[in-house]
This record gives sequence, structure tokens and C-alpha cells, in this order.
Amino acid sequence: MTQTAERPGYRRHTESLAAQEPAWLAGIRRQALEKFERGGFPSPREEAWKYTNVSAIERKRFTIAAEPGGIDGEHIRSLLLPECWHLVLIDGHFQRDLSHPALAGDVVLCDLGAARLRHPELLAENLGRAVDVDHGFLDFNTALFHGGALIRLKPGTRLPHPIQILHLQTQAAAIPTRHLMVLEAGAEATVIESYTGGEGGLTAHVTEVLLGENARLRHFKIQEEHARAHHFGGLYVRQSAGSDFTQTQFALGGFLSRSEIHVRLAENCRATLDGLHWADGRRHLDSHTRLIHAGPHGVSRETYKTIAEERGRSVFQGRIVVEPGAQKTDAAMNNRNLLLSDDAEVDSKPQLEIYADDVKCAHGVTIGQLDPDALFYLETRGIDAEAARQLLLYGFVNELIEAVEVEPLRRYLHGRLDRRFQAIDLEENP
Amino acid sequence: MNNPLLKIENLHASIEGKEILKGIDLTLDCGQVHAIMGPNGSGKSTLANVLAGREGYEITAGRAWYRGRDLLAMAPEERAREGVFLAFQYPVEIPGVSNIYFLKAALNAIRKHRGEPEVDAMDFILLVKEKMKTMRMDEQFLYRAINEGFSGGEKKRNEILQMMVLEPTLCLLDEIDSGLDIDALKVVAEGIETLRSPNRGFLMVTHYQRLLDYVRPDVVHVFADGRIVKSGGPELARELEKKGYGWIERYLEDRA
Ligand SMILES: Nc1ncnc2c1ncn2[C@@H]1O[C@H](COP(=O)(O)OP(=O)(O)OP(=O)(O)O)[C@@H](O)[C@H]1O
Ligand SMILES: [Mg+2]
Repeated sequence: MTQTAERPGYRRHTESLAAQEPAWLAGIRRQALEKFERGGFPSPREEAWKYTNVSAIERKRFTIAAEPGGIDGEHIRSLLLPECWHLVLIDGHFQRDLSHPALAGDVVLCDLGAARLRHPELLAENLGRAVDVDHGFLDFNTALFHGGALIRLKPGTRLPHPIQILHLQTQAAAIPTRHLMVLEAGAEATVIESYTGGEGGLTAHVTEVLLGENARLRHFKIQEEHARAHHFGGLYVRQSAGSDFTQTQFALGGFLSRSEIHVRLAENCRATLDGLHWADGRRHLDSHTRLIHAGPHGVSRETYKTIAEERGRSVFQGRIVVEPGAQKTDAAMNNRNLLLSDDAEVDSKPQLEIYADDVKCAHGVTIGQLDPDALFYLETRGIDAEAARQLLLYGFVNELIEAVEVEPLRRYLHGRLDRRFQAIDLEENP
Repeated sequence: MNNPLLKIENLHASIEGKEILKGIDLTLDCGQVHAIMGPNGSGKSTLANVLAGREGYEITAGRAWYRGRDLLAMAPEERAREGVFLAFQYPVEIPGVSNIYFLKAALNAIRKHRGEPEVDAMDFILLVKEKMKTMRMDEQFLYRAINEGFSGGEKKRNEILQMMVLEPTLCLLDEIDSGLDIDALKVVAEGIETLRSPNRGFLMVTHYQRLLDYVRPDVVHVFADGRIVKSGGPELARELEKKGYGWIERYLEDRA
């Protein structure tokens, strides 16, 4: 690619970040920026970006959100889940007074600014370790991320409460953020990342997860950004033997949103990826997932559900790679798409690459409308056609909500989604 | 009112251009139980589905009257609200929606249609639990998704539970006895018997005499190739059990 045009103040921004940082990080940033300046954001000619054209992001030339926008405390509090520890980022900038950091001890939960001062060795040792892909959004993020979270759990530590990291977008600018989560052997945590906001900016986020032996992370991502917002969220997970990783994603907002989930399983690991795309309006939602079974006896389960309606578009790419040594792998992937209007579109691309011979890999994709037998069944019980339609849709969504073990998050999701079902009375959750 | 509960006149129905029902005549009065028997593929479920309003059938001739109203002109949910109930041969699984929510939504839809207020939440729970006792169903079934992962017999019991809660006037039961063990058959039959009343009628599709031992029919119809080839009293069912359907083939050959 030859898009070498100058970027709106990116170099200046990178330099001002690098000036306050240790040499190793400054070096990585400058290198990433140079790569980004040469290559730009990914082009649709690249196979992995064929279905999600981000040239609009390229054209928009977002400036970096150098300062957090004005905040409405009331509004933010309505987005914070009860019974959780919070870390709030406004336009990528850490908000101390709305957050509950823990700076030292068995649990470290802090923003990257504090991490640079208090835990430089943790960052130096781990930043970038889980990332095994290479493209413009990663370069962009590495060169420019300013806020984010560091979570570190010492061996055997179990968090009594979920951590919620709230990302609030208030300006039509680029917001590069980065989280690093290090769970040492046997540690357990639940982390919820929520993305929301009222502006058409660009979220360009990376989360790195390193799981020690037998560690366990439950990760949730709730993306409900503005209908003009652009979103890239990369999640890179490296599992050690016996660890358990689960992610449930609710992709509900944004104009153009791409989630990328790369998980590398070692021996005896378990990974579960579940997700919902609700592509309504003119929304384009993409989840690009890759599970690499790098050790034997790994189990992976992946279930992605899509509702594509109006002029919405959903893209799902699910890749499972079983490396030569990964015997006894048990992998199952399922993508169920409801295509509810003529103008909506669904692309689904499962991909298996299996280099071991003693494995179990199953995958299935369905694309269709609501089951006419089920609609008829409901109608024969007196439920009118529109209510029957909504009840089936509700069931489709509710299955995923009810599987969320975090009660306040379940309640939040019902609060957000139940009102979309006007034709049925959900006062009492079915 | 002297109108029969259900009156079917010369009903012809086809699916994808293939004629399945080839002229059905049947009159069912309030308080009656009619059984329909007949070989696989003869059109029994088709008749039940057409009466309940399933899409995809073309009615090429004939009429069906429900309490004097043109049944086939009504939308399926309207038929249900007016008191028509179909217990499915294969009840449908609906993930993500609990049985109890479904029952309540259905009951309220019907009550609203009748101009009645929504059922009180406590009254409803009590009502359902009482009916579940009759059906020997564990209360946990209320909180499970509709029919999801239910065994064949549990699904059938769930159909009768819905019927008991909704208290329809015309009950179409399509092989409610299939897949039931001996005890479950008794329970289901008891459920049907408790609903039997002078204000209600039943059209029961079955393959077996056993159900009819418990729920004694007033009339038995024998279906073959989209027609009722013979009607009679309960003794006709016993005769069929003894003789099988071989004689029907001969009968059809004679007609041809
Ligand atoms: N969608 C369809 N397309 C084509 N043929 C159909 C369709 N649905 C039903 N049929 C045919 O209609 C005929 C009658 O089917 P129906 O289900 O009514 O039979 P049945 O008497 O209920 O049989 P069983 O005792 O096996 O339940 C069968 O030959 C069946 O294959
Ligand atoms: Mg049948």
C-alpha cells in the first residue's frame, strides 16, 4: 500500500507519549507508527478484510482524542453495573473518581498511567506477548494507545467481584486504548468491557490476555456505541495448560464494528466463544475469530448468533486451527443467522485447518428465517403473528442473556434489550 | 344455538399441488368425542392442521364451520382465541422462552379477546400448579424453555397442560398418545377426561385402541387416502385393531 499521506498529528501524538515512557516502549511505538504510516488501515484486498471494508475509516482521518470530553456523572453511573469494580475511560482517558483501582498486592487493577509508574516490569515483560497477528489497526493502536487497564492476579487469586471497564466515547475522534490482563496460575476473574457513547468516533482497542496454568477468565464485551461510531476491538488470548477462557460478546451498536478474537490454547485448555450480532438499521457487524489448538486435549466451543434486519449486515468468520501436536482436540463451532429482511445481508465463513489426525471438529452454519412451525405453534395458542415473531426473536436473544452468570449484567442486558420487543409483555422476564 | 361445534363439508385441500384431503364430511356436536383412525399418510394430521390454520395448504373446495362461523376464514390466533386448540403430533421446541411465560401470554391473549382482564400473577401460578399435579409434571418444567429437551412423553403432557390452562371449546388432538408409556397414557387420558364436558368437543387422531379405552369416543372415523371411508361407534375401533387396515385397501381398490 502506498498511502503515505501525513496523518492528522499522529506523529506528534506518538512522540508526546514516547517522551514520558521507557525506551523499550517508545521504540515499539515509533516502529509501529512507521509501519502504520506506510501501510495504513487494512485494505479489502486482504483476505481477512474482504467482507469488512474499512476504507471509510481511512478516509475520515480521525484526530486523536487528546482530552476527555465533558461528562455527565449521572449518565455514567447509569452505565456502571452494581456489585462490580469499575474502571472508567472517557475517550480513552482514565477517570480516577469513577474508578476503583487497586495498585498493589494480589490484585492489581489500574490504568496504564499508574501501571507505567508502579509496574513497569509487568508491562515490559508482557505487552505484545499475546498478539500474534499483524495489521494496521494493531500498528495504529500500539503507536497511539494512551489509556487502558492493567489487571494482574497473583497465583491462586480469585476476584470476589467482576471488573467492569467502561469505555465511553464523547467525541468524533480516534480513541486508541489497550488492556493487559495477566492471570497467574490458578487465578480467576470476570471482566466486562462495555463500549458506549453518543458520537461517531473511532474506537481502536486491543485487549491482551495471558492466562497462567489452570487460570480462568470470563470475559464479556458489550458493544453498544452510537449508530455512527466505528469500532475495532482486538482480543488476543494466550492460554497456558489447563486454563479456561470464555468470552460472550453482545454486538449491538456502532455503524461499522469489527471484533477480532484470537485464542491460543495449550494442553488441556478450554475456550468458549459466544456472541450475538444484532445488525439492524444500517449497522455492519463483523466478528473474526480464530481458535488455535496448539496442545493436545483442548476443548473449544463457539456459538455465534446473528439477527440481520432492515439494512443490517453481519459478517462471521470462524477459523479453527488444530496444530500437529494437538491430538484429542474437541472443537465445535456453530453460527446461526436469522436473515429477516431482503435488504439485510449475512456472510458466514467457517474454516477448519486440521493438522492432527485424532481430533473431533464439528461446525455448522444456518442462515434462515424464523421457524414457521414455531410461529404456527405460538399462533395456535392465541398469540398474534407479530407477537409470535417477537417472542421467537426474544428467545433467540434471551438464551444468550440467560447464560450470562453475572446477575447485574444479565439485568442490564434485559434493561437494554427487552424494550426492543414492543409487541410482547416482558414485565416479567420469561 | 343449534349449530354444531364443527361442521366440515366436502373439504378438499392440497399441498404443493398434491391433493391430500379429497372431500371430508364430518359433523361434531358439543359434548362429543370423535376419534379419527387410519393408516400413515392418509391425511389425519393434514385435517387437524387445516382446521387450526397452518399455512401452506390450498383449500380447493369445501367449507368448515365452527359454531356457525367460517373457520377457514379466520387467522390461526383468532381460531385459538375463539376456543380452537391443536395438540401437536410433534410439539415444537422454542429455546429461550420459558413454559410459564408462554402459558401466561397465551392465556392473557385469550382473556383479552374475551374482554377479560389479565390474569393475576398469583392466581395464575396456583392454577398452573394445580393442573400440573393432575398431569404429574414437576414444577421445574415451568421454568424450562418450551419443550426444549423434553422427552416425547413430557412434550405430550405439556400439550395437555396447555389445553387445561387455556380451556378451549374444540380440542384437536393429533396422536396425543404416541410416545407415551403406559402410566403416562393414563395421566394424559385423565387430563382429557377432566376437560370432557357438554360444552366442549374433541377430535382425536390416534392409532391405538388403548387411548379409546380411557377416553371413550362417541364416533370413530376411519381415514384412508384423504377420505373418511367408514364411520361408526366405539366398536369400529376394536374391529380395526383386530383386522388391521387391509380391508381398506380392498375397499379402495373396489372404488377405483
Ligand atoms: N409439505 C408437504 N409436502 C408434500 N407432501 C406433504 C407435505 N405435508 C404432508 N404431505 C403428505 O401428505 C400426506 C398426508 O400426511 P399427514 O401428515 O396428514 O398424514 P397422517 O395421516 O397424519 O399420517 P401419520 O399417521 O403418519 O401421522 C402424506 O403423504 C404426506 O407425505
Ligand atoms: Mg399425523
